[in-house]
Amino acid sequence: MLQIDNLVFSYHKKKNPIFDGINLSIQPGAVYGLLGKNGIGKSTLLYMMSGLMFPHKGSIRLDGVEVKRRLPETLEKIFLVPEEFDLPAISVDAYVRRNSVFYPHFNRDQFNRYLTDFELEGTSNLAKTSMGQKKKYLVSFALATNTPLLLMDEPTNGMDIPSKSQFRKVIASGMNEQKSIVISTHQVRDLENMIDRIDILEGGRLLLDADTGTITSHLRFVKGVGEADTEGALYKVSTIAGYSAILPNPTGEESPLDIEMLFNYAIEAPDNLQRIFANPVK
Amino acid sequence: MQFKENQTIYLQIAERISDEILLGRYDTGSRIPSVREYAALVEVNANTVMRSYEFLQTQGIIFNKRGIGFFVSPDAKHKIKEYRRNEFLKNELPRFFMQLYTLHIPMEEIDSMYRQFIENLTSNPSNQQS
Repeated sequence: MLQIDNLVFSYHKKKNPIFDGINLSIQPGAVYGLLGKNGIGKSTLLYMMSGLMFPHKGSIRLDGVEVKRRLPETLEKIFLVPEEFDLPAISVDAYVRRNSVFYPHFNRDQFNRYLTDFELEGTSNLAKTSMGQKKKYLVSFALATNTPLLLMDEPTNGMDIPSKSQFRKVIASGMNEQKSIVISTHQVRDLENMIDRIDILEGGRLLLDADTGTITSHLRFVKGVGEADTEGALYKVSTIAGYSAILPNPTGEESPLDIEMLFNYAIEAPDNLQRIFANPVK
Repeated sequence: MQFKENQTIYLQIAERISDEILLGRYDTGSRIPSVREYAALVEVNANTVMRSYEFLQTQGIIFNKRGIGFFVSPDAKHKIKEYRRNEFLKNELPRFFMQLYTLHIPMEEIDSMYRQFIENLTSNPSNQQS
């Protein structure tokens, strides 16, 4: 669906580029978790995927068409929920009337359902609602546009605890085989079980681009075990409940993926991680 | 849904659905929620729930009517117990045996304790589990 080839970009000519040859293919039917440290370029990448910023080299194509051309046929297939944004000082209905026309598959019933899921009651002035409320309105609208590509930058930031749970429900019910959702996040715990595929951005490149099944077939995640059970661990931390560790997985035993541990391991030992995933599992 | 730390999510969801079938929440022959509905319920992505459904289908606990949805098999309860029995014998019993062995507990002692346990259970039906 979306194809990124050899993407190069830098904010300052003299400094190292923030993207130094990124290749990524976004396929329908999956939720992508885009992870990376602060300032590594997660938001920049989402802006480029939506045509708001242009690559210096390389290409980003949606269904074969360069996104940076910003053709209506491309833009009607993409929706971006930025991390911070303002909403106009108009009612929900006016907002929908004004914006839904750009999205041929927008569905008002779906939108109303998401508002109900988020316990939003509608407002006469969107600009006066809190950041958390604004996020919930925009996420509801975004899902109801039914664009094949939905990009969300830190969507759970600013949401209270019940809203995060509602967010997961809304995503799970709004997802289908034709859609792909890319979510950048630091709050991995908020979205752990929602993500199908993990992309870790580090040092201008994608350190890891793999689906959760591939990850757990290469690596075994254990929690709350004794030190003896962490022998040969690639990564381990001591917790109150014992050790948590990432182990090699020669037998292909399935374990529940812990994204936070995976991310810490990736940042601590990027070369080792890449070596592990360079070899396909037998 | 609160997930356990050391078991894969899709199996935990399959277990949960099995419990719901045993408790009669989903009757034999009735339709269970769609993959997407269930995904929203447990706040997990649809692909994971699809794996749970495929697993339950392979075990013969649910079946798929194309275009309509997933239904509880006629002998689902039996299949669930059979699966759990096999899992127990395969995974938990060896651990139990290992404890007996390392703690030097003779089988005879276990045997009499087990008889006592059964006796208590049958003389006091409120303790009994289905």
